[in-house]
Amino acid sequence: MTSTASRTTGAPIYEGTRIPSPTPTVLTTPPDLMATGDILSINFGPNHPSTHGVLRLVVDLYGEDVTGLAAVIGYLHTGFEKNMEQKTWWKAIPYAPRIDYVSFQNNEYVFVGAVEKLLDVEVPPKAVWMRTLLAELNRIHSHLVWLGTSALELGAISMFWYAFREREQILDLFELVAGYRMHTRYFQVGGLAEDIPRGFYPETRRFCDWMPKAIDDYERLLTRNQIWLERTQGLGLLSRADAIALGQSGPVLRASGVDWDIRKNEPYLAYHQVDFRVPVVQTGDVYARYLVHIAEMRESVRIVEQCLDRLERMEGEPWIADDRKVVLPPRSELHTSMESLIHHFKIVTEGFRVPEGEVYFTIESPRGELGCYICSDGGPRPWRVKFRAPSFVALEATATCMHDALIADMIAIVGSLDTVMGEVDR
Amino acid sequence: MRDTERYDFLSDITAVDYLGWGEAGVSGYIGTPAGRDVNEPMTQGYQVVPPPRRARFALNYHLLAIADPPRRVRLQTWLDDGQAVRSVIPVWPTADWHEREAFDLMGIEFSDHPNLSRILLDDDWEGHPLRKDYPIGGEPVRFSGEE
Repeated sequence: MTSTASRTTGAPIYEGTRIPSPTPTVLTTPPDLMATGDILSINFGPNHPSTHGVLRLVVDLYGEDVTGLAAVIGYLHTGFEKNMEQKTWWKAIPYAPRIDYVSFQNNEYVFVGAVEKLLDVEVPPKAVWMRTLLAELNRIHSHLVWLGTSALELGAISMFWYAFREREQILDLFELVAGYRMHTRYFQVGGLAEDIPRGFYPETRRFCDWMPKAIDDYERLLTRNQIWLERTQGLGLLSRADAIALGQSGPVLRASGVDWDIRKNEPYLAYHQVDFRVPVVQTGDVYARYLVHIAEMRESVRIVEQCLDRLERMEGEPWIADDRKVVLPPRSELHTSMESLIHHFKIVTEGFRVPEGEVYFTIESPRGELGCYICSDGGPRPWRVKFRAPSFVALEATATCMHDALIADMIAIVGSLDTVMGEVDR
Repeated sequence: MRDTERYDFLSDITAVDYLGWGEAGVSGYIGTPAGRDVNEPMTQGYQVVPPPRRARFALNYHLLAIADPPRRVRLQTWLDDGQAVRSVIPVWPTADWHEREAFDLMGIEFSDHPNLSRILLDDDWEGHPLRKDYPIGGEPVRFSGEE
């Protein structure tokens, strides 16, 4: 094996970095090693059970050592952003949750939140707390999918069944509240699409009582499991400085020892009123990312409980802003009020108008900093919508994390970055 | 910016095409310049015509300083079609894929980028779909029996 230093051909970005140079996202096999003729270049993916979708990695192998790596993406590109430009503002909302189909509520919120920021609509407290609650349930859901599939890829099949058992309960809660299991489109500009149904609170309480025990189970299965430790510890190292330079966010950043969580540092929704910890682990390996995910699930359950405490006292309060230029009038008024009918018709056919301007709105999605940049020209359709997808950025770190790795560890490392290809390719 | 103002985190690079901004619609866009007249049906124009922009393309760099309190700033660069902007990879390595995306979908050139190639679309794709003059809608379909 050659040393790390000889791998990079250009000057390093700063002293001690492991980011390849000149291209930060491509690990290049050194020419002298290439000349030996012992390098085997293979395509890993785009269709492979453990690529979390359609990710293609072009890998140079020297025996079992990975000497070169380049990620090729775009196989799931569906042109969400262009599509959203063709829709009116409120008809563009259903696109947002489909971008990251695992953390749909968060995606939905980031778009709705950005529009609200530009419109300057005040959202009633009940909607704010419900959004917080759903965002956290969604975070647990997303982490469960990550935990189940990542463990499955490393051979822990039973983890997959346990994680998906709890995921099913969360999806049932979403179904109860919005009628859909995924892509609920429950967030409306100005608040929620419907009132919170009866029976949601006790069901969610039951889930909150159960979930910590389930997490204990996961930890009993994995946290001190010898096979799990050997397959995750010391692998996929990402230093603090490299993580920031590569724009990493969310669990990946916190597993590299950076105490940064948008929920805490730049609070949105009701996060400044709830009590939770931000788990930070210093080691920056796959195991650290696992620990952060597990700890975050526990914190999310606590946040959900606090949201429930508030929401249970808000019975009968409005769930959507009373702004008839933006919010659809109540269904019951349509038969009796001409004004309501006109407003309903105008919003549905033409859409509401958003004042001219630009806004970049960020939230902490389960995968990290999820940003939504919207630009309006004052018309009923977005001029430009851009999502800052945390998965897209996380994949940029693959080359850095894969320094001196074996082909078998690649699955653990790529999995630990927690990417959703729908969000990467958009 | 990174070293003096401590904006060490590049969140995002967004390219915006302002072709046809405040004018008659391009690419199926329904805006009309004259403003709308509530008594005239089908005048779905602007209530207020937005002020003109400096150039066709805007590049927005969203920067973040991980500090207490955190600071965010948006840097805008304006450029016309064919103009290139210098790559910021030496400062923020994460810019690599963001710049490739802006090149791929918006056709903005970055000089000194070590690997400026298409990222989301096929290598042999023609055009840059997020541009406002990129045709939208379906491709012409040949009907069966048609020669």
